[in-house]
Amino acid sequence: MSTVMAEQDLPGLLIMGIGGTHGVQESLAALLKKHFSVITMKELLENKKEVGKKIQCIFVSEFRPTIDQELLESLPNLKVIGNSGVGVDHLNLKMISNFGVRVTNTPHAVADSTADMGMALMLASARRLVEGSQIAVSPDTNYFAADWLGVEVTRATLGIIGMGRIGYKVAQRARAFEMKILYHNRNRRSQEEEQAVGACYSEMEDLLQQSDFVMLVVNLTPQTEKLIGKKELGLMKPTATLINISRGAVIDQDALVEALQNKTIKAAALDVTYPEPLPRNHPLLKLNNVIITPHIGTATVQATHMMAEEAIANMLSVLNCQPIPSEVFPQ
Amino acid sequence: MEAQELPCVLIDCIGGKHGVYEDHAEFLKERFCLITMKEYLENKNFLGKKIRAIYMWYHKPVINEELLQSLPNLKIVASSGVGIDHLDLSLLSSYGVKVSNTPFIVSTDTADLGMALMLASSRRLVEGHQMAISPDTEYFPADWLGAEVSGATLGIIGMGTIGYKVAERAKAFEMKILYHNRKQRNKEEERAVGATYCKKIDDLLQQADFVMLVVNLTPQTHKLIGKRELQLMKPTAILINISRGLVVDQDALVEALQNKVIKAAALDVTYPEPLPRDHPLLKLKNVIITPHIGSATVKTRHLMKENMTESIQAGLAGLPIPNEVLL
Repeated sequence: MSTVMAEQDLPGLLIMGIGGTHGVQESLAALLKKHFSVITMKELLENKKEVGKKIQCIFVSEFRPTIDQELLESLPNLKVIGNSGVGVDHLNLKMISNFGVRVTNTPHAVADSTADMGMALMLASARRLVEGSQIAVSPDTNYFAADWLGVEVTRATLGIIGMGRIGYKVAQRARAFEMKILYHNRNRRSQEEEQAVGACYSEMEDLLQQSDFVMLVVNLTPQTEKLIGKKELGLMKPTATLINISRGAVIDQDALVEALQNKTIKAAALDVTYPEPLPRNHPLLKLNNVIITPHIGTATVQATHMMAEEAIANMLSVLNCQPIPSEVFPQ
Repeated sequence: MEAQELPCVLIDCIGGKHGVYEDHAEFLKERFCLITMKEYLENKNFLGKKIRAIYMWYHKPVINEELLQSLPNLKIVASSGVGIDHLDLSLLSSYGVKVSNTPFIVSTDTADLGMALMLASSRRLVEGHQMAISPDTEYFPADWLGAEVSGATLGIIGMGTIGYKVAERAKAFEMKILYHNRKQRNKEEERAVGATYCKKIDDLLQQADFVMLVVNLTPQTHKLIGKRELQLMKPTAILINISRGLVVDQDALVEALQNKVIKAAALDVTYPEPLPRDHPLLKLKNVIITPHIGSATVKTRHLMKENMTESIQAGLAGLPIPNEVLL
């Protein structure tokens, strides 16, 4: 029996497109083609009736393609949506579930690169790396001032809000910097896990009041929306920095702008905002104590590859009626 | 104690571009009679004899033979930071003047900055920030990627106090750590950070995804990284320099970056500092430069001042000098 399946025998997989600024990377498309008959949105739209029937899976990457009622209605044989990435707040899980379609995410593949990004933002903010690089290359610079200083990361206090897989990896890294680590989570971790990284469980208020760096590493859910607002920012030290590697909507952005302008907190470093990108006249873009990165927590060659592999494994498990490694359910 | 009974210490100036910080000066004035270069030059004959120590902040005041000849009672020069490549140690020794630096206090900040530069470069943080705030940005492209730090190979050239602290931090990112040093560290030290010794620098250069320079500047390390070394590196590798600009052949580095012989560089130090404003390094997109801020934190500068004070006080009392630099 031939071990190579003809392309048309492979299950149909819908993706946004291949290459360019909005499509799936060529190398990942090649990976997907090993297991699926890959169909682009363009191909679907050219012949919805015929092509729609073939699609059993959708690979959602960088939030594309958008999953709406109209799309779901045109895919009668859709079984699973495999999301690349761990956050699924961009998906209407209830609506998708009503169509009998499963949703999976990739919690394992994102963890290292996102934790690395959290550390990168904390270090860059504390040591004023972006500002410093601007001084170093500015045409106006003719000397480096002696009194231009940042703050220490080593031995400072880090408060991690959200101690899931990513939060725990942040703690493992921060420990090597001899940081004092406080954490807040829905569920407390085991004593062993806490001791392994030297992390102390704290109530939110205590964490906010004691931390030099507050890092947000939660999912976005109705419970965590605007988790950090005026009250929470007011509890933070005026010398503290807020780092967000979760979702923009976890922070009350207007309250954050006010807190930064009034020096209620010292600085912020955000990989995520709401929306992305921010409108070009947004005050956050102009504050010199803010670093913003364009949602690149998992934007590495390695992570995107691992996410595709994890998504493929998830989707195949659904098609093969096997236990699904990372299914997500409506709340 | 009356001001004139305090030992006289020469400084360059207070405040301004490179001077002793105002709040540090307050601390020093409680222990020393501070004399600025300006005051000294206005009254050389009288003040020259009184000066018993020099508090050298940011490599100033500059110490030359002429100055040493006019300070007959000079006992000790306390220099800020760990680098001493700006001092003529033989000359100072010939005048019987002792020297101290601040090697340990700068180590964690400098190691932290090394990690910060490695992460920023690998993840294209500065470029990303520019995109995030640019007036021309309408969307974030999907094909914009950096490279992973976790699990990658870090080659540390110079495994002294600072290099070892870099290794401790890199280990937590599950990096594979190679190192090259004049002397191999003992097995326990290597095991504690999972570091493998590369007797030949070539082996390190060929395997590393990140090459970090953490050596002193000496005649032996001058242009340690030149055209040959850059070509041995992977084309996907990033060079990080937190040691001294002169450890790298800068012209060779520019060429290597322009020709994609290596992928990127992140430099806290250059030669000179700052670089001339038309220098090619300032224009390369794959280069991050920071303004020599390896030890630039409030706390560390404060501790430096305390260390230097201790060294001066010990030197003047004829006691063993903490952080003495020996020839």
